[in-house]
Formats: sequence, C-alpha cells, structure tokens
Amino acid sequence: MSAVISINNIRRVFVMGEQQFEALKGVSFDVNKGEFVAIMGASGSGKSTCMNIIGCLDPPTSGQYFLDGLDVGSMNGDQLADIRNKKLGFVFQGFNLLARTAAVENVELPLIYAGINSKERRSRAMAVLEEVGLKGKEFNHSSQLSGGQQQRVAIARALVNNPSLLLADEPTGNLDSSTTEEIMNLFTALNHAGITIIMVTHEHDVASFATRQITFRDGYIISDNKSSNKERKA
Amino acid sequence: MDFIQTIKISLRALRTNKMRSFLTMLGIIIGIAAVIAMMAVGSGASYVISQQIASIGSNIILVIPGATTSSGLRTGGGAHTLTSDDAKAIMSECPSVSMASGTVRSSGQAVYGNLNWSTLIMGGTPELFEIREWPVISGRSISQQDVDSASKVCILGLTVVENLFGSADPVGKVIRIKKIPFTVIGVLERKGQSPQGTDQDDTVFVPLRTAQRSLARENHTNNIAAILVQAKSEKLLTDAEEEINSLLKQRHRITGSKESDFTTRNLSEILAVAEKSAQAMSLLLGAVASISLIVGGIGIMNIMLVSVTERTREIGIRMAIGARKNDILMQFMTEAVILTLIGGLLGIAIGSVGATIVSKILSWPTLISIQSISVAFFFSGAIGIFFGLYPAKKAAALNPIDALRYE
Repeated sequence: MSAVISINNIRRVFVMGEQQFEALKGVSFDVNKGEFVAIMGASGSGKSTCMNIIGCLDPPTSGQYFLDGLDVGSMNGDQLADIRNKKLGFVFQGFNLLARTAAVENVELPLIYAGINSKERRSRAMAVLEEVGLKGKEFNHSSQLSGGQQQRVAIARALVNNPSLLLADEPTGNLDSSTTEEIMNLFTALNHAGITIIMVTHEHDVASFATRQITFRDGYIISDNKSSNKERKA
Repeated sequence: MDFIQTIKISLRALRTNKMRSFLTMLGIIIGIAAVIAMMAVGSGASYVISQQIASIGSNIILVIPGATTSSGLRTGGGAHTLTSDDAKAIMSECPSVSMASGTVRSSGQAVYGNLNWSTLIMGGTPELFEIREWPVISGRSISQQDVDSASKVCILGLTVVENLFGSADPVGKVIRIKKIPFTVIGVLERKGQSPQGTDQDDTVFVPLRTAQRSLARENHTNNIAAILVQAKSEKLLTDAEEEINSLLKQRHRITGSKESDFTTRNLSEILAVAEKSAQAMSLLLGAVASISLIVGGIGIMNIMLVSVTERTREIGIRMAIGARKNDILMQFMTEAVILTLIGGLLGIAIGSVGATIVSKILSWPTLISIQSISVAFFFSGAIGIFFGLYPAKKAAALNPIDALRYE
C-alpha cells in the first residue's frame, strides 16, 4: 500500500509575544491509501494543530510532510490552495456552508476554484449529493436543512473534486447521537469505497468507527492502534 | 476561477445586502451626478462663448479713437481721430492685414408705413460683412459702388425685418431713417447675441459714406467711429496689431512719448480670456463635485472593510476549499467596482436629467458630451479599484485557519 501521507518529525511552535508554545513536539506517522484514521486526544494535545498541518492550512515550523509524494513544506500559498482544492476535502464541526446558498451551489464551490465549467460542475455536484443521500434536497438552502443534512452537504462538497484524502475535524461535534451514527456510517461506506479518511474526534464511540486510532498528548503521539476489521462497529 | 463566475459571486453578495449596497452606492451616485451636471453647465457656457466668438468673425482687431491710459480706456464723445483714409491705408499698407473697414454708428428710428423701430444704424464698407462673416440671405450686400456714390440703400438685420415687415419680404421696399428714404437691398443672416449680450440682428447697415454724409450728427464727414480689421491669420494677429499701430502713429504724427489718439484691441484675445475663465469656472465646479466623489469612494472602502470582517468565515471556507489569494482579492475588488460602476451609471443618468432640467428652467445652455460621460464612467470604475483595493487586500491576506475560526 502506498502512503497518502508521510509525516516526519513535525514540530509546530506558536510565538505569542515573548511566550513560545510548542503545540507539536516532533510527530511522525504515515497514513496509507484506504485507511480510516481517528486522531484523538484532549484539547491542547496538539491534534487540531496536526490536522491543520495535514490540511495545508498551517505550515509546520520544522519537519517534513509529503502528501501523495509531494513535498508540501516547500510550497507557496497558491500551490497550497491548489492542493487543498484538488487533493483534500474538508468537513468541519460547524459544517461551514455558505449561508443563503443552495446545497448544490455549496457543493460546486471547489469546482469553481478548480476552473471547471458550469455544466460539468452542476452534474458532478448533483451526482455527489445523490451519493451522500440528499437527492431531492439539492436546491434547499442551509437554513432549510437539518444538522445531519448540512453535514452531508459538507461531505459532498469535500468529495466533489475526488480528493486523495478526506479530512474531518470533529464532524459529529454538533450532532445528536442518532445523526452521529448516520454520518459515521456514511464515512464507513465511503471508506469501503476506497476513500482515505482522517478524522479528529475526542469521542471514543466515534473513534471506534475508524480502522486506526492515533492518540495525542502534550504534543506527542502516545498510542497508534490499528483495529482489525472484526472489531469495527460497522 | 473565471471572471464571469467572480461577477456572479459578487452580484450575489451585493444582492444579499440590498439596502446597504444601495446606500453605499448613493455616495457615488451623488458624486457622479454632480460631476456630470457641473461639467454640462460649464461646457454649456464655454459653448455659448465660442459661438459668440465665431459670430464676431475670426482674427479681428478693433481700432477705436482715443487713448488708453494706465487707468484704462479714455474715450470722449468728441474723439474724432480716425478717418476713412486711415482704414484704407491700413488695408493697403499693412502686409499682415487682409481686410479693413471703417464703421460709423448711430441710433435712430427706422420707419416703414405706420411701423417704426428704434435701432442701431451702422455705416460700413463691403469688407465689413466679409470680416464679420455675415452674408445676406436675400437680396444683395452693400457694394463698393454704393459706398463710393453714397447711395441711399440699406440692408437689414432680421430683428429689424421682423419688427417692420413681419413676414413680408422687405427687399425693394423703402424705409425712412431720420426722415431720409432708404431702399432695402438685402437681409442679413441671423447672427444672434454678441458677447456683450446685445442683439446683433437689431441693426440697419448703410454704406459708409452715406452714413457719414446723411446720418452723422456733426459735420465731420470723413470721420469714422471704429475700424474693423481682419488679420491674414491667427499667427499674424500680433504682427498686424503692431503694423497698424506704427502706421497710424505715422499718419497721425505721433512720435516719442506723445500719447496715441487711437487704441487697438484684439477681439479674439478678449474673448479667449472670457472662454478661459468659463473653462476655469467649470473646472472649479468639477473639482468641488469630485470632492463628493472622493467622499463616496471612502464610503465604499468603509463598507467593504465591514463586509470583509463580517464575511471572514466565508473567506476562510473559500480558502479551505481551494480559493487562491488572488481569487479572494478579485472577488472583493469586483464587488467594489460593480458598486461604483452601477453607482456611476445611475449618477450619469441622474446628472444628465438634472442638467437638462436646469437648462430648461433657467434657460442656461448645458452640453452633455460623450466625453464627459465616458470620463465619469471610467472614473467611477477607477474609484472602485482604488478604494476597493485595501479591503480586498485585507481579505486576501487573511490566514485560512484564523478566518475559519473567526466567530
């Protein structure tokens, strides 16, 4: 199996005035194609910082990060934007959909920045929305959708550009338990279909849907367990 | 991201806040409307002045009796220092002069049948009408023979015709001026107002010698009131003026420090000054109007900054899913430019309507040129770019993580 992500001794130091805070103190791991990884840890453990670095939203202070074999550390802002656009899909805790915008238009957004023409954008967005189970809701605005439906729109938006990697930051943090299960089942189905997923969560229930749990504490990885398929809830 | 998509996104953002977008635009609308209206009024004034300049004729020098002193022109009623011979000499001896005509003027009653009309009576030579570029529209003009034989003929300005003859054709009719019968031989084309505001068509022209002999109050039969001179070209105006000065000084035996008994005035120069001051006036009005435009631009910047702050999260989302810095920059720039361009178009419309109303109500001529409209349009676009740049740069410089976390 080829590594989608290869992280080698990543450090991230935040400087706030005179104070220095080291959020990541040298982290290394690989994620292979088809894995479903849950990153766990208490708040302040460095898991979100690690996620931001993986998501190319934040540069590491030192260390190496290869995404699909590309050295992300040496890239400029525009190249990183293209990586985010074409290789990564984001799902956030707060959904982060554009207000007063139809579901299908939200999903089309990454394709706009990828420079794909409107006809193809529409057909691809419609197809992905159907895939996540939102057929018939394509033209609803965010305010007309439930939390679970909004998160499905966000997932569709993350998937529409066929990314190498789906990144989810507390995707179920704003959802009730039954909706949480729905979304996790969707993730599992997507993973079975071959999509690599990295998900940050602090809930063990949610993490147990993943095939691998990496736990952070105080800027270090303290455990990295691969669960067998039998142990998986789904 | 393609440009059409950027415009669509910007229009959507502007539609979301219709009231705010409109109020923001209002500054530009008022500014552009003011600029358009002021430019229309100003260029209307310049237009009128240039029309008047054209009505006088081109490259004209006026020679009048009396001297100028440091305090200005000193003329006396009895200054009779210029003669017909002076006019003839100027025409034949000054190389830069193409034509010259002595003129006399008096006022009097012109009577036809039971109608009478008080008007200006001018005596001149045939050259007068060429210098002033003033042809007859019916009948014929005054000929040299008319002048030489001092024949009792006259040509009429249209105001005189209207008041004495109504719509009838006056050519061949006989009118009486100061009880002397004159045969009307022609009617002059309409000339309109002079730069001083008098009706130039309210004039009866008679041959110079006829006027000197029959109509002059006193017995200075060879005297003339003024000489109208046309230089061969605009460039030769100053030369012509100098030639006239030295010729007349010589003829009038004025040497050394002795005061001249005549004055030359370059009419085009005087009018050029008037035109310049009209232009300066319209420039000043335009400058005042553009201050409101700048205020409008600052309003745009203000609202765009608010908008960037308000939509920080949206910017974060867009960056997270692959918007480049330039995409964000273009999005906010486009919003600002769309605001100012729509504002500019509305301002042009309102300014044009306003100028038209002003010209109707105050009967002040206004001129809305394509030039001023396109200048206003591009200027409003430029304001959008100028005042939109800072907020857009601020938006594009946001850090994706900070923007995403912004509450």
